[in-house]
Parts: sequence; C-alpha cells; structure tokens
Amino acid sequence: MAGGIVVILLFIVSLLASWISPYDPNEINLHEVLSNPSFAHLFGTDQLGRDVLSRMMWGAGISLKVGFVATGVSIFIGVILGAIAGYYGRWIDTVIMRFVDIMLCFPAFFLILAVIAILEPSIWNIMIVIGLTSWMGITRLVRADFVSLKERDFVQAARAIGASDLRIIFRHILPNAMASVLVAATLGVAGAILTESALSFLGIGVQPPTPSWGNILTAGKDNIDIAWWLSLYPGLAILITVLGYNLLGEGIRDSLDPRLK
Amino acid sequence: MAPLLVGITIVCFVVIHLAPGSPTDLQTDLNPRVSAEAKAVGKLATLDLGESFSPDHRPVIDKILERIPITIIINILSMILIILVAIPIGVLSAVRQNSLFDKVTAVFVFIGFAMPTFWLALLLMILFGVHLGWLPISGIRSLNYEYLPPFAAFIDLLKHLILPVLLSAFGGLAGLSRYMRSNMLEVIRQDYITTARAKGLSERVVIYKHALRNALLPVITILGLSVPGLIGGSVIFETIFAIPGMGQLFYMSVMSRDYPVVMGILFIGAVLTLIGNLIADLSYAVADPRIRIA
Repeated sequence: MAGGIVVILLFIVSLLASWISPYDPNEINLHEVLSNPSFAHLFGTDQLGRDVLSRMMWGAGISLKVGFVATGVSIFIGVILGAIAGYYGRWIDTVIMRFVDIMLCFPAFFLILAVIAILEPSIWNIMIVIGLTSWMGITRLVRADFVSLKERDFVQAARAIGASDLRIIFRHILPNAMASVLVAATLGVAGAILTESALSFLGIGVQPPTPSWGNILTAGKDNIDIAWWLSLYPGLAILITVLGYNLLGEGIRDSLDPRLK
Repeated sequence: MAPLLVGITIVCFVVIHLAPGSPTDLQTDLNPRVSAEAKAVGKLATLDLGESFSPDHRPVIDKILERIPITIIINILSMILIILVAIPIGVLSAVRQNSLFDKVTAVFVFIGFAMPTFWLALLLMILFGVHLGWLPISGIRSLNYEYLPPFAAFIDLLKHLILPVLLSAFGGLAGLSRYMRSNMLEVIRQDYITTARAKGLSERVVIYKHALRNALLPVITILGLSVPGLIGGSVIFETIFAIPGMGQLFYMSVMSRDYPVVMGILFIGAVLTLIGNLIADLSYAVADPRIRIA
C-alpha cells in the first residue's frame, strides 16, 4: 500500500517535472554556488549553482526510465529462455541452465562495468547492460513454473486439440506463470534503480549534465566537507524509491499467494 | 567446475570482443578469431592474462595478485561480521516471532535491502570522518604509518578498515538475517523439535542445540552465493575509500580502457566466485552427515 503510493507519486513527479520544478535543472548560477538549503533553494544548490531539488525532480524520470527499460530487457530474455528451457526440456534445458550458472558466476557489477568500459557510458547502454546482466533469476523462475505447468491437464488438452507449441507456451502456460514474473519485475525495477545510481555515482552511468540521483551524489562526495545537502537528499530519494518498489513487490506477492489469505 | 570455467572464459571473450577493433590486432597477432580464442583459453588456463595497456606494461596477473590480498581480507572480515551479527538477529526474531524485537528488525531489514550502500558510506564519512574526526576516510594507512611502532601501526590499519568492512557487510546483513529467521521458523515447527520438548529438554537446549544446528545448514549455501555480491561491491567501496585493492584496480582500468586488466579481473572475479561456491559445497558436506552417506 505505502509502496504503491510512493511509486505513483514518483510517476507524477517525473511526468510533471518540467512544470513543477522550481528552476531549470541545468541553469548554472555562479552567484549561488553550493548555497545552503533555503526558501529559494529548498535542497540547496550544487557546485555550479544549479538547484538540487529541480535536478532531483528531473532525475526521478531518469531513474524510472532506467528501471523500467532495464527490467523490460531482463524480463524479455528471462521469460523467453525460461519458457524454452522449461517447455522443451532435455538438452536445450541443460544448455540454457548451464549458461545461467555461468552468468551467475560473474559478480554482476564487474560484468556491467566491463561492458560499459567497452561501449560508451550512455543512458541507453546502461539500461541495456543492466538488463543483460539481470535476467538469470527470472529465467530460473519461469523455467520452474513451466516444468510443473506443462504436465497439467489443461496443457494436455490444448495439445490434444492440436495447438502449436508457440500457442501453448504463450496462450496457455505463460499467463499462469506471470504472477511470479510480476513480483520479480517489481523487485527488478528496484534493483535496476540501485545499480544505475551506483554506476552514475562512480561516473560510469548517466553522464552530466543530465541529472541523475547518482551523479548528484558524486558532487556530494567531491564536496563532502562543505555541502552535506548534496549527499543527503538524493540518497534519501533513492532509498525511498527502492523501498517503495520492494514494498509494492512484497504486497503483490502476498495478494497473489492464496496461502496467506 | 571445469565446464563452468570454460564457459566463463568464453563469456569473458564475448565481452572483450565487443570492443571496437580486435584486441588481438594490438598485439600484432592477426590470427583468425577462432584460433586466437582457442589459444587464449589455453593462456587463461595457465593464468597468462597478457600485459597491461598502461604505460608500465606489466603482466596483468602480477598487477592483480598484488592487489587481491587486501580485497580478500576485507571481504572475509565482512563475511565474519555478517555471520556474527545476522545469525543471532535471525534466531532471536524467529524465537520471539511477532515480538517488538522481531518487528523492529523487520523494519531494519527492509531499509537494509533498499539502502544504496555507497550513500550510507558517504553519510558515515561525513559523520565519523568530517564532523567527529574519529575515523580516517581514505586509504588503508596514515601518512606517518612507517614511523609508528608495530602496535600503533596495527591500530592505524584497523581504523582504516572499520568503515569499509562495516559497509560491505551491511548489504549482506539484511538478507542473511531474514533468511536465518525463516529457516529457524521452519525448523521450529518440525516434529523432532516437538520431540525434544516432549522429552523435557530445556527451551535453551531445544533452540540452541537442536533447532539452531539444523537451521544453520542452508546458510552455508547462502554464504557461498553471496560471494559475487561482495566481490562486486568491492569496486564501490575501494573507489570511495581509496583502498588499493582489486576493485579499485578494476575501476581505474575501466576508466582508462585497459582491456587486458579488465578482462583479467572479470575472469579472476568469476573464478573467486566458483571457489566460494566450491568451499560452500564442501563445508556443507562436512556439516551435514546425510550428504556424506548419499
């Protein structure tokens, strides 16, 4: 419940950022460099005199975009590979699941950094790379669902009336496996937002001047002894957002699990 | 193990071949890619990771090896901290399910899951480093380290390690204490616990001798699985705290596009994960007599 409210609020803020943000997020004002939070600048200003609150409002949209696109990529790969492995079984199952094991051996953050080092760090590359390195859990989930669902009577019935494999997979089995995917996706958005902010913090994520919560924190680290507000507010925003998605995910899980009712 | 290792090298190669231009061109080695790959897999097997692109041109394996110890020490220390803190919390909140303690820890666990640890690092640096001035915030030793007597030098090192170890443990704390709690709750409902109670054992013995031991078994696997997360996190902490470990080397190599080092660390990171999982499997067999029989 609380999670849902946070998520909806963030959507509203990021959609309306261009109207409700008090300043232009990229407007440099060298008269007000690193000024304390005040009425004019509720969250203070950064090292170039830009309004932190405005930058955070625009950054909300960036975070959501990264979260959703990255999760979309990982769901797409995870569902397709998991469905193939679970439905067809045998050698193709072995090959896919071994590949999952191999990918899980890599510290995800290492893999992401290595790929970003080779490609340019841009927002699109980051979304895709986060997605490409986080599909393994979903593959395992979907596969497990498919393995148990494909033996059920309704699938046998579909097969008996001559439905094609594709139709059985997408029309009959997949809708029954979507519940766990939905929960994993919600938690995945939270994870992607955390990863993006860490990457941007390290300077390998969203590149300035595009505002992101992570790269405002970089400025916070550079001015750690004079400007606490640069470190406090963006991090708080990340914490609340991720908390919101986690709570929403748990809520969906509980409402979908009949044993808990 | 062996097939996984081969798979890891192949993934490393795919990643590195995303680079514009072939890395083999730079070594004036214009073999067709397939044979180059076969050769390189052989090289990886003997830990020959090539030379760094950086001006010093040192072998990659040397650069990594001199930086691995500090990374492993920090990771082991934080693993120990995770075990020492998370397990008692998990056990207590399971034994006193729905008590105030259980509810408070549940809130902390949720916050712990959502906490960007690099942000927590910043906040703690501001608090302990800048405002209170109690702890140093960068490096692993002070400037006057060489002139300190041995004991003071050791204390100096410890002070530098407190924040990094605490923070890299933080992420794992929430997960493990939650996991421990659900394990413990499951075990407490088993028949042998009822039996133990029925034969008149004190609650202490029932919980700490019968239940805890069985609830601890799956934790070994979880610890093994948490290795890649810890190693991956080292990039962030070592960069923030300027610790000269493998994570910082990785970050610097990424920034300067030193591909041989990037690939070398990617490979070593995956191998460390494999080793972690192997240790977990072996200790599981030691801890659980059923596995030895089977």
